[in-house]
Formats: sequence, C-alpha cells, structure tokens
Amino acid sequence: MGLLDKHGVIERNATLLLVAGLVTVSIGGIVEIAPLFYLENTIEKVEGMRPYSPLELAGRNIYIREGCYNCHSQMIRPFRDEVERYGHYSLAAESMYDHPFQWGSKRTGPDLARVGDRYSNEWHVQHLKDPQSVVPESVMPSYSFLADADLGFDNVKDHLVANQRVGVPYTEEMIENAEADLKAQADPDADWDGLEARYPKVVLGDFDGDPARLTEMDALVAYMQMLGTLVDFSSYDAQANYR
Amino acid sequence: MDYNAFRHFADSWGLLYLLVIFVGVILFLMRPGAKKHAEMAAQIPLKDDRSPQGEE
Amino acid sequence: MRNLGWTILLAIGAVLSLLAAGFAQDVLFQTHAWVVFFALALGTIFVLRKVDFAGNAAPVDKSGYFDDPIRAGVILTTFWGVVGFLVGVVVALQLAFPQLNIEPYLNFGRLRPLHTSAVIFAFGGTALITSSFYVVQRTTSARLLSDGLAQFVFWGYQLFILMAASGYVLGITQGREYAEPEWYVDIWITIVWVGYLILFLGTLFKRKEPHIYVANWFYLAFIFTIAMLHVVNNLAMPVSPFSMKSYSAFAGVQDALTQWWYGHNAVGFFLTAGFLGMMYYFMPKQAERPVYSYRLSIIHFWSLIFMYIWAGPHHLHYTALPDWAQTLGMVFSVMLWMPSWGGMINGLMTLSGAWDKLRTDPIIRMMVIAVAFYGMSTFEGPMMSIKAVNGLSHYTDWTIGHVHSGALGWVGMISFGMVYFLVPRLWGRERLYSLRMVNWHFWLATLGIVVYAAVMWVSGITQGLMWREYDAEGFLVYSFAETVAALKPYFILRAVGGAMYLVGGLVMAYNVYMTIKGKTRNEKPIAVAHVATAQPAE
Repeated sequence: MGLLDKHGVIERNATLLLVAGLVTVSIGGIVEIAPLFYLENTIEKVEGMRPYSPLELAGRNIYIREGCYNCHSQMIRPFRDEVERYGHYSLAAESMYDHPFQWGSKRTGPDLARVGDRYSNEWHVQHLKDPQSVVPESVMPSYSFLADADLGFDNVKDHLVANQRVGVPYTEEMIENAEADLKAQADPDADWDGLEARYPKVVLGDFDGDPARLTEMDALVAYMQMLGTLVDFSSYDAQANYR
Repeated sequence: MDYNAFRHFADSWGLLYLLVIFVGVILFLMRPGAKKHAEMAAQIPLKDDRSPQGEE
Repeated sequence: MRNLGWTILLAIGAVLSLLAAGFAQDVLFQTHAWVVFFALALGTIFVLRKVDFAGNAAPVDKSGYFDDPIRAGVILTTFWGVVGFLVGVVVALQLAFPQLNIEPYLNFGRLRPLHTSAVIFAFGGTALITSSFYVVQRTTSARLLSDGLAQFVFWGYQLFILMAASGYVLGITQGREYAEPEWYVDIWITIVWVGYLILFLGTLFKRKEPHIYVANWFYLAFIFTIAMLHVVNNLAMPVSPFSMKSYSAFAGVQDALTQWWYGHNAVGFFLTAGFLGMMYYFMPKQAERPVYSYRLSIIHFWSLIFMYIWAGPHHLHYTALPDWAQTLGMVFSVMLWMPSWGGMINGLMTLSGAWDKLRTDPIIRMMVIAVAFYGMSTFEGPMMSIKAVNGLSHYTDWTIGHVHSGALGWVGMISFGMVYFLVPRLWGRERLYSLRMVNWHFWLATLGIVVYAAVMWVSGITQGLMWREYDAEGFLVYSFAETVAALKPYFILRAVGGAMYLVGGLVMAYNVYMTIKGKTRNEKPIAVAHVATAQPAE
C-alpha cells in the first residue's frame, strides 16, 4: 500500500509538469492571437473587397500548389522604396478572404500583391512559359505545362461551399452559377453580365491565347490580373484606420 | 469587460503576477536546501545505463 | 502469433487507402492514395513474413530497455539527413542555374518544401523521437510504456514523412510554410502524436528514478507544445472527405499570425526545446561529467518555454498585422536572448575542467560547436527581430542564412553527436569504425556552415540595400531583375557550402554503416593530450 501511495505522488508530478508547462506556453498565444479575432480595428474599413470569382479561386489554388509563395511575397510594407516599386502598402482588408493568406516570407522574385493590371495577358503567358525570354536575369522555373493542362475544377461548387463555411461571403447565387461563371470568365463569346454583377471589377476574356480551351494557365493569369486591384484607395482614410 | 479594461489589467496586475512567479521560481530554486537535490538530479545520466534497475 | 496484429492493421490501412483512391474526387488525392496504398501493402508483406504462425518462438524478454525503434531511428536519422542535405544542394543550384528545374514535379516551388520538411521533420523529427526514446528510458530506469505503441509511433511518423514528401512533389500543399501537408496528413500525424505523448508520459509515470531529469522536461514540452501548435494552425475545412484540398479556417491577418505563431514555435519547440533535451543528456554523457548547473537548466526551461511562444509576430514586422502585436513580438524576441544564452553557457561550462577533451574527442567537439552555433543564432535572431534591422533583413537571404546557422549548426551538429554516441552502444561495438572520419565530418560541416552563413549574410544585406537605393534625383537605382543578377555569385558559393555539409553527411553515413557491420578502421589515434607540440612526424 505504501508503495502505491508513493507511485501516486510521482504520477502527479509528471502530470503537474505537463499542466504547468501547458499553462506556461498558452499565455503568449492567448494574449497575442485571441484579440485579433474580436478587435474591430484589426481589419480596416475599405470599399471594393469581394470574394474570388471561381476562375480566380482556381488560379489561386494553382499558385499555392506550385509553391509560388516560396519566392514571392504578397505584402507591401509601408516603406518609400516598396511603395514606389510595388504600389500602395498592403492592407489587412485586402487578404480578408484569403484562406490561407499568402503574404510570403521571401522575395527571391518581386512582390506580387499589386501585380494585377500591370502587364498584359500575353506577357504573363510568355513569362510563365519561359521566364528568361522576357526577364533574362530571372531565376524562375518554367511553367509551360500549365498551358497544356485542362483546368479540372469540376467540383467548383464544393470549393465555394467550403470557403463559405469558413466565412467567405459567397451567396447562394454565386454558388448556383459557379460552374457557368468558371467557364464564362475566360470565354470571349460568353454572356458576362451576371458574372460582372456578382464579381465587380472581374477581368474578362481569354487569358492563355487559346480561346477554345480552359487551361490552368487561364486560371493562374486570371488570378494574377486581379491581385491588388479591388480596393478603392480614393475612398480609403489611412488616419481613421490607424492601428 | 471590454478590450481596454483587459489590456490595462494585463499590463499592470498581469505583468506583476508573472514577475512575481518568475522571481518566486528563482528564489525557490536557489534556496539553500535545493542544492543537494539538484546535484543528485544532475547525476542521473551518469548512472549505469545498460539495463533498468530493480524489479517491478 | 507475434506480429499478426500488425499485419492485420497494415492490411486494413492498405484497403482503406485503396477505397480512398476509388472514391477520390481529384487526381492528386487519387495519386496520393495510391502512394499510401503501395507503402502499406509493402509493409503488410514485410511484416507478414515475420509472423510466427507456428507459435514456437521464444517469448520476448521485457526486462531490458526497448531499443528496436531506436536502432532503426539512428539509421533513418542518418538517411533522412543525407536526403535533406541533398535536396538542399539541388534547390540551391536551381536558384543559381534555373535550367535545373524540371517541370512540373521538380520545380523549385515544390522542392523547397521538400527540402525544409526533409531536414526539419524527417531528419530532425526522427532524431528527436529516437533520442527521446533512448533518454527517457535511461533517465527513468524504466522500459518504454509499451513496445507496440513505441513501434506505432516510430513507424507511423515515418509514414507521415512519406505522405508529406510525396505530396509536395505531386503539388499537394496547404501553402503554409513548415505546415504544408494537407488536412488528412495532418489528422494522421495528430493520431501518431497523441500516441507519442501517451508513450512518453506513461514511461515517466512508471519510472523508478524519483526525479524527472531535466532533459525529459524539454522533450515533454516539445511534445505537448507541438501538439497544440499543430492542431490550431492546421484547422481547415476540406472540400470533401475525398478531396486533397482544404481551406484554412482563418483568413488574412488572423491566418498570418496563427501561422507564424506556429512557424516560430516550430523553431522554438521542435528545433530548440527538443534538441536542448538532447544536449542536456548527451553532453554530460559524452563529457562524463554532470551538467554545469542543474538549477540554471530549470530556469532555462521555464523562461524559454514561456517567452518563445510570444515571439511569432517578429515574422510579420511592418506588415498589415496591428502594431501592438508586432511590438509585443519584438520585445519578447529580444528578451529571449537571455534564457537562450543561459542554456548555451550551461552547455559549454559542462566541459569546464575537461577542456582537453576537445582535442582528443571529436564527438564532444561536435556537441560543443553545436552549442556555440546555438549561441550564435540565438543572438542573431533577437537582433533580426528588432524592427529597424528587420526592415532590412526581411524578405532577403539574411533570413535564410540565419535559419541555416541554426539548423545546420545547432540541430545538425547535436544530432550528429547523438548518432556517433549511440551507434557503438546500440550495436554493442567497442568503438566507432573511425574517429578520424568524425573529425573529417566535423571540419567539412563546420566550414560548410561558415561559408553558407557568411555568403547568405552578405547576399541578404546586398539585396536589402539594393532594393532601397536611391540616386541623387530621388529615383530607385535598381530594377528588381538587377538585384537578382547581383546575387548569382553568392548563390553559387552557397551551393558550395551546402555541398561540403552534404559530403560530411555522407562520411557519417559510411562511418555508421561500417560501425554497424562491426568493422574498425586501422588508424592512428587522434592527438594524445599534452604531447601535440613539436613531435617529429613518425
């Protein structure tokens, strides 16, 4: 019996170590992360943000799949040189629908937060197929296979629903029309009215130079062409949004 | 309790509480009686390590 | 009927992955399921051949320590180390010579996570699991809680490595650095990790040594904190149970902080706390003297685990993260310098009174240089977390240099020391095949790191300064492409440093192999102490 009692004390010590350790490592996370979820000023008030169109979302998934974030950031810091080089510094609001965020941590290549609308579709396609042909100094790999890969995004509705479940405000109308919208955005002959109403500022037209096919290249270029173009900075008040 | 009240509590009493614990841990460890205990514990890896000692 | 249970379990796993392949909604998920199916099917056949159907094998002797997974672990630590370093050299060369990218599977964007995970999780993780199994048994004087659970944890972790690695090459990733594996791989590793916690804690419960030695505290903190970080950071909504794709539960700024709270503490608890557990056991062992100050090690423990968890926001300086969080992260990162150096001093001073061993024992030298690199990178880290410094260093190769001085210098070297310590003991050899080869490994690795870190430091500062260079008229001097071109020589030199480190790893692999085979190399002993001066050659 005496031995059993002693064993109990020992057990409690290991348990105590576990509990005390867990408490110690929890404090920092709770103090730092938890407030971000309920402080109203964590995300600035801006106009223009909307969920990604189905084709943009498909392109974003390709961006993630190919690990673009390993070399490209999407976060412009408020420094003179960065603002001149890349454009207005990034706002938290601009990634509010990004699951996951793609701010990146390394610039082997330039920041892409506002690459949208800077280059033509043809430039992007040529650059992705053979980066050194347009930027001789570049160390970027070739992504020519994207132009040959049909965009297999059959379950696009499920993707929108999954986003909706984690808080992206996709409407039932958007989900209903997801498949049609996916195809229409890169199809020059399609009727774009509904798509444009659902996703203001959406970039339309064939992206990869092959209107007959919907490829992964279409999707990736569609995504890049909208990066950083949504927020209306003429109505943005930096002072009121200081955090 | 709103955020500001929380924050004031955290950077006054909360900070003091953590500091007291920190100083307490150091004082507890450095108390005279702990030296022998610590030296015994430090010897644990140097004991015979070929097989478990004693029987169940 | 030993091993029959394992056979059935593996077979069930194989069937389940076959079903997953059948119901798959996307090609990537299907391919991944096939990879897992073949791995499990091969495992089933392998274990089936070992089933003792006749039932006439001798019963297992459970009076000693359970070292089977530790022996496998030492071999696999060596193997994964070489793989991780090799992929590292490949990606380094890809940055210097982009023609080396082979699209789509072997492009830099897919290989870089393969490299980081191979080094951190395959090499580092296997080293941690292996050494923790060894240390917890020796310091508690008790056999592991359960042989079966230990085998499950060890091989389950290896399956996780296989799934993660094959996934990266296929293009299955969450796009979160150091947490790339998708949702179903995350669920699997969670199951394995819970088993690990039960195994470790259970072994502590049945210990015969009244005191829990401090190395176990560090291992325990590593296990439970990684569990907490992993679960929170990987919360995600899968598109369907049969799709590889999931969407993170958090978005934008909250997602960023959650990820770097995880990311920095993968450094703090995986690459630091766990390996400190290793240091607190193997350094005293190899030096044959107790740790310098046991009480300092306890202060080291509590202050380290308390402060590390706050440091994450320093990865997000000047971003859209609110300023108060950035400042908090910076303050704690700077404070973290103190406990880190407390630990470094404690490790180094363990040798006080026995410094001559540095001359005669290349294994202790390896451990000492590991601690020295620990000190160096835990000084550099707090410095880089200061916002003014970070404004220059962030997004550049300086960060890459910093992580490598930690990963190659600290994590790598202390693990090599652990492997060299364990191999002769686990296989009952009198000594290593060759101590002189350890010496070679030591110098190749050390010089490799020095080249690597110095080159990346220069490269990073060059890059950072070029980005912000203005001419007299107030225009930016360099286009981005010009800054890329300027770095080419550094990228080549970096690959040279990495290659030296890789060769060192190969030397170790050969040494380990020959030791296990029971060979000893006929060689002159390393300099006998005190007589090294002015001896004529031969």
